[in-house]
Amino acid sequence: MPEPIKMEYDVPGDDFTRAGAASGDVKSVLKKLGLSSEAVRKVAISMYEGEINMVIHGGGGKIYVEITPEAVRMSLVDHGPGIKDISLAMQEGWSTAPESVRNLGFGAGMGLPNMKKYSDHMEIHSVVGEGTTVDMTVQVI
Amino acid sequence: MLIKEIEKILKANVLCKGDWYEGEVHTACGSDLMSDVLAFVKDQSVLLTGLVNSQVVRTADMMDMRCIVFVRGKQPDQSIIDLANERGIALMTTPYRMFTACGLLYENGLKGGCESDA
Repeated sequence: MPEPIKMEYDVPGDDFTRAGAASGDVKSVLKKLGLSSEAVRKVAISMYEGEINMVIHGGGGKIYVEITPEAVRMSLVDHGPGIKDISLAMQEGWSTAPESVRNLGFGAGMGLPNMKKYSDHMEIHSVVGEGTTVDMTVQVI
Repeated sequence: MLIKEIEKILKANVLCKGDWYEGEVHTACGSDLMSDVLAFVKDQSVLLTGLVNSQVVRTADMMDMRCIVFVRGKQPDQSIIDLANERGIALMTTPYRMFTACGLLYENGLKGGCESDA
């Protein structure tokens, strides 16, 4: 059984232009490892949506990625304001993103639903005033 | 349709050729909302947009798109062109507006790729 590959990324909270750099890097690594294009895309989209959310809402944070022969696990951790009502946040179209973010092409309330759609398993732990952790798993076999 | 045919049809200025300039594409989508592209686009290879920022390239990359067309003559800055180069995505800018650009490509055989408009 090969050792899992572990990667860790700092996501800056104040630089929207760099949002997605971590997801792009993970996508490149997964392609090099020869994962199926479907699995690569599922990881890329779910992680990218999460990374964008961390920048928009969470003030940045850390992303931890673990790759095993069976699955890719992602843990996105921020110390932002937290989510008051997770079930509301999961509804398509519901968003607290400011106008400035909408002008950049995001904030349509599709981020969390999309992360759930593209990952095989997703869990959100959030405490108001402390931050949010989103754990996602994409099965690769 | 070849990506270089898109250049011709849209009277476009190619800013970077990416890895697929000589390659063929079959479907496209037009949107200024990257949230929608991430949520609803499936296998489209070309993105037409009036939005100009680095997240357009990031979004196209995550969706395995091969070509981005900026409409209304919008010009991305060098950092966006560099990112597209790095990610292997062709980038071009057309003087046409979104509706006309989409119409011209559709008329020439490029489809939406969705069940309702295939």
